[in-house]
Amino acid sequence: MLSNLQSLIRHRGLISSLVARELKARYRGSVFGFLWSFINPLLLLIIYSFVFTKILPNNTPGVQPFAVFMFCGILPWNWFATSLSDAAGSLLAGGNLIKKVLFPAEVLPIVSVLANMVHFFLGLPILIAFLLVSRHYPDPSDLIWFPVAVIVQLIFSTALALMLAALTVHFRDIRDILANVLMLWFFATPIIYPWFQPNVQQFRWLFNINPFTHLAVSYQEILFFNGPLGHWKWLLALGVFSIALFLACYWLFDRLRDSFAEAV
Amino acid sequence: MTAAIELVDVTKVYRRYSGRQFATLKSALLQRSILRDLRPSETFPALTGVSFTVPKGTTYGVIGRNGSGKSSALKLVAGITKPTSGRVNVEGRISALIELGAGFHPEISGRENVFINGIMLGLSKREIQERFDEIVDFAELREFIDAPVKTYSSGMYMRLGFAVAIHVDPDVLLVDEVLAVGDEGFTHKCLDKFSEFRRRGKTILLVTHSLNLVERFCDEALWLDAGRVQAVGDPKRVVGAYLTAVETGEEQLLAQTTARAVEDATAPIERPADPTSNMFSATEGRWGSREIEITDVTLVDGNGQPAHVFHTGEPLAIRLRLRAQQPNDDCVFGVGLFNAEGVCCYGTNTFIEEMPPASLSGEAEATFTIAALDMVEGTYKLDVAVHKRDGYPYDYHRLLYTFRVKSRTHDVGIYRPHHTWSFSPTVRFK
Repeated sequence: MLSNLQSLIRHRGLISSLVARELKARYRGSVFGFLWSFINPLLLLIIYSFVFTKILPNNTPGVQPFAVFMFCGILPWNWFATSLSDAAGSLLAGGNLIKKVLFPAEVLPIVSVLANMVHFFLGLPILIAFLLVSRHYPDPSDLIWFPVAVIVQLIFSTALALMLAALTVHFRDIRDILANVLMLWFFATPIIYPWFQPNVQQFRWLFNINPFTHLAVSYQEILFFNGPLGHWKWLLALGVFSIALFLACYWLFDRLRDSFAEAV
Repeated sequence: MTAAIELVDVTKVYRRYSGRQFATLKSALLQRSILRDLRPSETFPALTGVSFTVPKGTTYGVIGRNGSGKSSALKLVAGITKPTSGRVNVEGRISALIELGAGFHPEISGRENVFINGIMLGLSKREIQERFDEIVDFAELREFIDAPVKTYSSGMYMRLGFAVAIHVDPDVLLVDEVLAVGDEGFTHKCLDKFSEFRRRGKTILLVTHSLNLVERFCDEALWLDAGRVQAVGDPKRVVGAYLTAVETGEEQLLAQTTARAVEDATAPIERPADPTSNMFSATEGRWGSREIEITDVTLVDGNGQPAHVFHTGEPLAIRLRLRAQQPNDDCVFGVGLFNAEGVCCYGTNTFIEEMPPASLSGEAEATFTIAALDMVEGTYKLDVAVHKRDGYPYDYHRLLYTFRVKSRTHDVGIYRPHHTWSFSPTVRFK
């Protein structure tokens, strides 16, 4: 397992060129091309702004404009959710490679996560623009935590991506189950509602065991709210947990590796 | 001489994914307990106790029927799958020409795909840069290299895949039936490339159905059948042994086909309005009054043994067993040979050959002997009949019997006239 982990580092050239290919192929043939990476989050933000100011106005004090607040959580969530659903099908989609070529299978789910990370980064300028327009100037000392949150999320997503990719090869149901689980997970995470609402605090323990709560809250604190990051202990704890989870998932993936070529 | 590839007592068992095998999470959860009980019946041995050694620098051919385990063996050597038991050792960098262009992404250009494919096969970016022109020229795709791969024809796709894989410059090259990728010219180029590999002392493991290639090209050959090694050694000898086995298999198959055709035709069918006029329309069947019945038709080879596979130039005899219900004195025997396209290659009967009408009673036998079968390779069907001089059929067997003619010369046509070549002294052969 350790030697396989080392070879992962050797494959960084392969991973980076596959990520580049993924991004290039995504928009090949479309008129706007890479602009879509900006347009998509922009449209989403406009829709949310409309809905949550005109149709379902949320006037909770402290989280205004509400759409921008939500967006701080939705953008990383989208990275997370699309990573997992792409990764779950990645081994099946790359079946040709696994069956016919000597190919390090773990590269495929990792590429799914990284390609979606690039989309996440491309969405950030839109978010930052709206933060500035609505006068939410992030604290420079807070911003140091932003890469930490990204790295924690990266490790956490990669861990789950590896596990899902490996299991989906054997149980195709996972792809369908996953879509529903992600939907549930989204609503169970304080993204479209602030976590300090009293009725959220009621179920505090439930939110605390949801790993993505800590990511979402961290992003919101770093980007949206003033003042120092109060959630850093949780974030670091999640980081440690993610590393352990990554090792466990990688071990599982490694165990199942030999079955891929036959089961895909 | 050191070994480049070594397989020691390798067994590969695949699990069979039949209906009972779990394919969903639910069934896996529900059936966990019985999963283990099912396992033995759900396995399929692709290779059983296979051992062979490919010395460094040799070209090694693997032959065998479809499903004999050739590709499984190649995948084990390539490291794509792991053996269930046994050991696989490979020395040096491998490149596998198994699935050409596996990993090509249809949306992006040939150029980008060359780079990504090269990296997948273990080259660095710089190495690809150095070989890029060579790869493109080899694939003959200079003008299309910047077009998306989805616009390529399948031949172009394969050529590009082949070009990348061959330029990885491996120590061990695994080739699975990929020489059929291009036109004649490209195939020659591939063979030249293989020759170059040989000269440079690289090892090639070749899986192919082209026995010709194995004989011409390989230093050693291996014949796999049903996952077991049948023969190893000199390519000519191994190919010969394989061909003999194939013939035996075909023999059995043809015997079955014939038996089935005869059985189907014994059910009486409508006699065609005018059997003589549709001599050339190839529908099988059997008709006639059965006053005289053909009870058995046997094809006999030069050794007097019943056979279904013959070689060009060898004798063939058609032996008819007949039974007359009553003594009969207006009787003509006929035979017709048809090729697979339904063309009548030869037809005759005793009346055409100006023999007097035969009379027979009770059991009888008639044999039509061809001293040397001057026919080209192919599958042939046989008409046999016994009828009156005016064509009134007693028993007409239409295309019920099948036999195969084998030839090592791949000449074409309907038949092979007995021939020789002669030349003036100014014509010389190397």
